[in-house]
This record gives sequence, C-alpha cells and structure tokens, in this order.
Amino acid sequence: MKLSNKTKVLEQGEMTLAERMYLPAIVGGMATTLKHFFSKPVTIRYPEQKRYLGPVYRGQHILKRDEAGAERCTACGLCAVACPAEAISMVAEERKAGEESLYREEKYAKVYEINMLRCIFCGLCEEACPKEAIFLRHDTMVPVFHQRDEVIWGKDKLVEKMDHRYLRDGWK
Amino acid sequence: MELINTVFIAKAIIVGIVFAITLGVAAYSTYFERKIAAFMQDRIGPDRAGPFGILQPLADAVKMFMKEDFIPANSNKWLFIAGPCLSMLTALMTSAVVPFGDTVTIGGATFDLQGIDVNIGILWVFGIVSLGVYGIMIGGWASNNKFALLGAIRAASQNISYELAMGMAIITILMITGSLSTKEIVEVQQNGHWNIFYQPLGFIIFIICAFAECNRTPFDLPECETELIGGYHTEYSSMKLGFYLFAEYINMFISGAVMATLYFGGYDYPGIDFVTQQFGSNVASFVGVGALIGKSLGFVFVFMWVRWTIPRFRYDQLMNLGWTGLIPLAMYNVVVTGFGILVGKPFMVSIAGLVLLIAALFVYDQLLVKKKIA
Repeated sequence: MKLSNKTKVLEQGEMTLAERMYLPAIVGGMATTLKHFFSKPVTIRYPEQKRYLGPVYRGQHILKRDEAGAERCTACGLCAVACPAEAISMVAEERKAGEESLYREEKYAKVYEINMLRCIFCGLCEEACPKEAIFLRHDTMVPVFHQRDEVIWGKDKLVEKMDHRYLRDGWK
Repeated sequence: MELINTVFIAKAIIVGIVFAITLGVAAYSTYFERKIAAFMQDRIGPDRAGPFGILQPLADAVKMFMKEDFIPANSNKWLFIAGPCLSMLTALMTSAVVPFGDTVTIGGATFDLQGIDVNIGILWVFGIVSLGVYGIMIGGWASNNKFALLGAIRAASQNISYELAMGMAIITILMITGSLSTKEIVEVQQNGHWNIFYQPLGFIIFIICAFAECNRTPFDLPECETELIGGYHTEYSSMKLGFYLFAEYINMFISGAVMATLYFGGYDYPGIDFVTQQFGSNVASFVGVGALIGKSLGFVFVFMWVRWTIPRFRYDQLMNLGWTGLIPLAMYNVVVTGFGILVGKPFMVSIAGLVLLIAALFVYDQLLVKKKIA
C-alpha cells in the first residue's frame, strides 16, 4: 500500500543512444558551467567586507551606563557565578557621597575584569545580569591580541563611552 | 654571407618571440585556470597579488623556487632530474613548426613568421608529442614510488592509445591538403576554406585526442589524486614539480595552436583582404598572428572549461573510448574523406558522412540494443 503519492519508480534499463554517446550530456554540462561563469560571485571579501551577523550575535563585552551616564553595575556577582568559564572577577565598593552621578546604586564594581582567553562568548553573563549592565555587543568583535597584558580587560576597556553609546538593533 | 646572417638573426628573433609568447601564455594560464575555475563556481579566485591578482603567477613562481628541492634517497638521481627537463624540452619544441603568421617584408627582405618551415611539419609535431610522454615516464620511474610508476604507466598507455586515433584524424587533413608542411596546410585554408567545415568529425576526434595527449581532464588519470596521490609527480617538489605543471600548460597552448593551424585556418581571419588593401600586407600579417594566438587562447579556454565541467574517466572507460570508439570513427572518417576527394565534393560528402553515421547508429540502436524493461 502506498503511504504517499510521492514515490518515484526508477527504471534503470539500457541507456538510449543519446545517453550512450555522452556528447549531449557533456554539452548540457558545459552550458551549465558557462551560465555560472557569467553569474555574480557570492564571495564576501572578509577583512574588507563584513556581513551582518544579526542582532543576537555575541561579540565584545560592554558594561552599560544609564541615560544620565551612571554605571549600572552593582557588583552583585551573578555574572561571575553564571560564567561557565570563570572568566569574570570583580571587587565591590560602597558608593561615597558625591558619586551619585558616577554610579547608579549604593554599591558599585571598583574592579571588573574579564579574562578574554577564558571567555567562551556564551552570553550567560548577559542572561544573569539583573541590572541590564553587561551585554555582548552584536556589532564588534574582541580584537586579536598578542601580548599577555592585553588578555585581561578591565573597566577602562569594558565600560561604555558616553560619546559612543551602544544600541542593539531592536532596542528603541 | 650577409644574407645568411640577416636570415639567421631574423629566425633567432622569431624563435625568441615565440618562446617568450609560449612561456608567458603558459605562466598566465595558471592564473586564468584558477580564475576560470572560480568564476564557474561562483567565486572570485586569486585577487590579492596586484590588481585583480595579476601578479599571482609571479608569486607562484617565487613560492615554487623557495620550496625545498627534495630528491628521494632511493631514486635514480639523474633520471629524476632529467624527467621534468625532458617534459619541458618536448613541450617547447613543438612550437617550432607552427606558422604564427604570413610573410613580413622589412627593408626588401621577406621573412616567414615561423620557426622552421620543414616539409614534414605535422610529422614533427606528432613525433615530439609522442616523445613528450618520456618525461612523464622517466620521472615516474625514477621516483622509485609505486604510485608514481602507476601514473607514468597510465600516461604512456593512454598516449599510445590516443595517438592512433589522432594520427588517423591527421591523415584526413593530409589527404585534403596533399602536404605535410604546416605552412601549406594553412595556405590551403585561406579565405575561409577552413578544414573544420570539411572535417567536422575529424576535428571532434582530434580535440578529444588532444585532451588525452595533454593529460587534461577528463583524461587526467596519470595524475589522478584520488587513486594515485599525485601520479607521476608524487615525489617531485619545488621547481621540478613546477616544470611538470608548466609543461602541461605549454602543451595546452601549443595543442591549441596546432588545432587552429589544422582546422581553423591558422592565421586566416575574415576580412584579411580588406586589411591588406587598407594597411598593407605587413599589418595584415601581424593581425594574422593575433588571430592565431586568439584562436589558441580560445582553445585553452575550452580546455579549462571542460576541466571544470566533466569528471574524470575510469581507466577501462578511457581505454574503451580510445580503442573501440575513436579509432573506428577515425577510420570511417578516412574512408568518407577519400570518397569525397574521389567525387570532388569534399564539403557535401563530409556532411553526408556525418548524417549517415548518425542514421546508422540510430538504426543499430533501434534494431539491436535491448530496450528498457517496461
């Protein structure tokens, strides 16, 4: 009994004259290659041309500031706990009077470091963060480094610059 | 004495130019092979060395020279070195008899644009091409490697098999022309009487055999990577390998030139009388040189086009095609051509012969070949 009507019965008998001469098939094949010869290449010349990887691509880390320019991170440590590669470490500090414009809440990260050799760019820190402070940028990758002192990224590299804010596609 | 000197110098210049053109075309064939392959696969191909990658052959040559030149310990050292040299030598020698253009008159002296106009030109080509397999054979044997030897044996038996059909195809040309000289063969074809119109079947046989003689796909079994690692040049490295690959490209260009000479009127081109009247015969001759080189490059493109279209034959299929397909066809072609000359209408008879052949094949197919089981 047929389950569907998609069954295709193949007959493999003797080849016909045209098939045995091969020449028609060769001409057909050469027409195909000639068609591709004149069609547009699909190559993306990578270092010069980059293709859009989508709004959910997990690239370089960034520590966000809020609208007023205060750091959002409160050094709760959830990202470090979530990190499967144990790449994140931090030292917490209490906010002094007069620092309200620098830090959003009473506690902040004095030191926040990510070891870029350990990081696997899984994005679990982003998932874990209750303050929407850490993100993996979709538009920038961590640049190649060659020196040992370039491995560990501190706050100087991670915290968002106010004149060059990060806005993910899909955010308003 | 003075005359001999000028002729000698003129010949030396012509030989030098032919040499330079052949080597230059062969060098750039490697680049265009990769470019054409890329275009046919919707890619871009080499584009890093210079604008559009046109310095790629230079980069390849530097790379080849910089590689370690390794000679295996148990190989026959002198034959191992002789192999690629012989391949290169035979590849370059063939171009001597190809007539690259008509005569040029400079300062009252007339020069043939041809290396040597020997009266056995075609035999020369045929002989040198047969000798070409020695380079592969010696290289494969001297490597002391079973895969290399297998590749060499394949090359030798393949060349012998396809030379027969090729020779038979050439015989029909000789029957029409009545001369072995390449120059005369071209002169007979002037003003559009190209042999391709009189010998369509012969041309198909010849081009298939040329593919086999050049060891190009679909007949590149001597260097079949999937079966023989690298074939006859498995053990070769550095510029010795480069010479083998280079010789293949030279062979391609020269066989293109020979095909243009034998079947496509050599340096003949439409409108040659007009150019002669307007600009003189010297300019017409030089345009003719361009026409011949253009035709040869067209054939080189066809070689590459076929390479990136058709997969490789199995070895028994290759032998089957050569011995039971092409040789009987070539014999039939000889008979048809002879009949055409006897009747005095070679064009009509060659077309009739082709139609008759297809009709006979069709009838044979209808009567004797088992049909598909219903």
